[in-house]
Amino acid sequence: MKYITAFIKPHKLDEVREALNDVGVSGISVSEIRGFGRQKGHKEIYRGAEYKVEFVAKLKVEVAVRTELAERVSEAIVNAARTGSIGDGKVFVWDLESAIRIRTGEKDAAAI
Amino acid sequence: MKNFLLTCLLACTLSSTLLTVAAWADDAASNAPAAASAGTASSAAAPGAATTDAAPAAPTEPTLVGADKISAGDTAWMLTSSGLVLFMTIPGLALFYAGMVRKKNLLATIMQSFAITCVVSLLWWAVGYSLAFTPGSTPYLGGYSRLFMQGMRFVFDAKSPQLTVSHLALTIPETVYAMFQMTFAIITPALICGAFAERMKFSAMLIFMSLWSIVVYAPVAHWVWEPSGWLATMGILDYAGGTVVHINAGIAALMAALVMGKRVGYGREFMAPHNLALTMIGASMLWVGWFGFNAGSAVAADGRAGMAMMVTQLATAAAAMSWMFVEWILKGKPSVLGIASGAVAGLVAITPASGFVGPSGSVVIGLAAGAVCYFSATSLKHALGYDDSLDAFGVHCVGGILGALLTGVFANKDISGLDASVATQAIGVLTTLIYSGLVSFILLKIIDATLGLRVSEEDERIGLDVTLHGEHVD
Repeated sequence: MKYITAFIKPHKLDEVREALNDVGVSGISVSEIRGFGRQKGHKEIYRGAEYKVEFVAKLKVEVAVRTELAERVSEAIVNAARTGSIGDGKVFVWDLESAIRIRTGEKDAAAI
Repeated sequence: MKNFLLTCLLACTLSSTLLTVAAWADDAASNAPAAASAGTASSAAAPGAATTDAAPAAPTEPTLVGADKISAGDTAWMLTSSGLVLFMTIPGLALFYAGMVRKKNLLATIMQSFAITCVVSLLWWAVGYSLAFTPGSTPYLGGYSRLFMQGMRFVFDAKSPQLTVSHLALTIPETVYAMFQMTFAIITPALICGAFAERMKFSAMLIFMSLWSIVVYAPVAHWVWEPSGWLATMGILDYAGGTVVHINAGIAALMAALVMGKRVGYGREFMAPHNLALTMIGASMLWVGWFGFNAGSAVAADGRAGMAMMVTQLATAAAAMSWMFVEWILKGKPSVLGIASGAVAGLVAITPASGFVGPSGSVVIGLAAGAVCYFSATSLKHALGYDDSLDAFGVHCVGGILGALLTGVFANKDISGLDASVATQAIGVLTTLIYSGLVSFILLKIIDATLGLRVSEEDERIGLDVTLHGEHVD
């Protein structure tokens, strides 16, 4: 099993969700986060006081999949989330040791 | 500190109760003398009428008249105006300021305006109105005849009801005039809060505002607006409060910013406004409420009120555009905070001039106010290094000075029948700057030495909502 963590631009969420749906992913988790990479931040000015906003709003999308699906899932995310400009985000793929569905106690592949 | 506060509170409650009882006793006893003094007033007017056959001389102090002397139109407008001006403070100013602070201080900031509204209402009843709007034995302070609003009367009688009118507003009940003026007395100290946002103790704020309302606001209002006041007799023109409200509060705000010092982390940490939508809503409420402020200052539903309303609208729009374009050109973007601040700067600057200037003059005043206040709230503040957090000085004092002086330039005799001069206006400006600045400084220093003005650094970091009020907003 693989665990995929993707950092994407917030307005790309719907496209990513649809793409994941198309490749057969049945559930994802999303959280609002802030961070910076090469994009850096931007400048805000309030009555002459300039603030550099270092951290940019991003979404973190997390999904657990069977190993054979991992390649297609990460490709789907990359294609859906890409705008071509700086700050599109990153996708990380991890090995996943085990999974348990809390309601039924099912394990691993049956649980994800 | 708790003991100190409790003692203060007890002392205040006790003394005001005693005074109230005394006032009631006095009121009951003085029913006859009041009628007698009304008699004197009319007999004083009689000789004039006999010799010239003209209208009786206007009274120089509040007088009892028949209800048939009251204008329903004027009274209706002044009842409305009083509501509009109160609406400027709560929720207008409260929201305008609250949107500009960090979220951890949102409730504390709203609380300041609301609490000031309550405490100044009671002080106005107890002493403020009498000290400001009755003639005194000197031109520097009003008399004591209206302490606890004693003598302010409405006597029901099916045939000929009687009521008191202020000598400043002969066509509306005195209650309405005192109420209208009360809303001015409320918003003026509330404006000061912008300078010390996010760091002042609530207890110290309450004490400072109570004292300031009595020893600064009431006398200055008397000097400028009561006909026997010394600035009024010099011919200083201040239609709705450029000196009395905005310069007065603005210079006190600068003193507060200087005495209290900067917020922890000022200039290094992120202190951007947390919700400019609140600020924009507040600014819009201020704009609407300001029609009560300026057009209400006609104390009549008449042509001058109409002119005051028109110039208020034009100056505000011009100042908002002026601030926005200056910022757009210099900083690259037209900001929401900028256009809202410009509107308030225009409202401030037209305040003394409304009722004296015509539409063209008001547009010039507005254009100047937007640009000048932009520089005072941005460049001047940062050059001099004080932390006037929400620009109470930069917008209200500077805008007030500009408006007061330009009133001398653009006043049109057709509208008011009065002559204006920049030099006379400057005397009003300087006097207010010196008196309010000095007394505010002394009050702040005294409170700082006894109770302390600032919350602890740790409380400031955590935020005033939780540490002062035990509440928070998500």
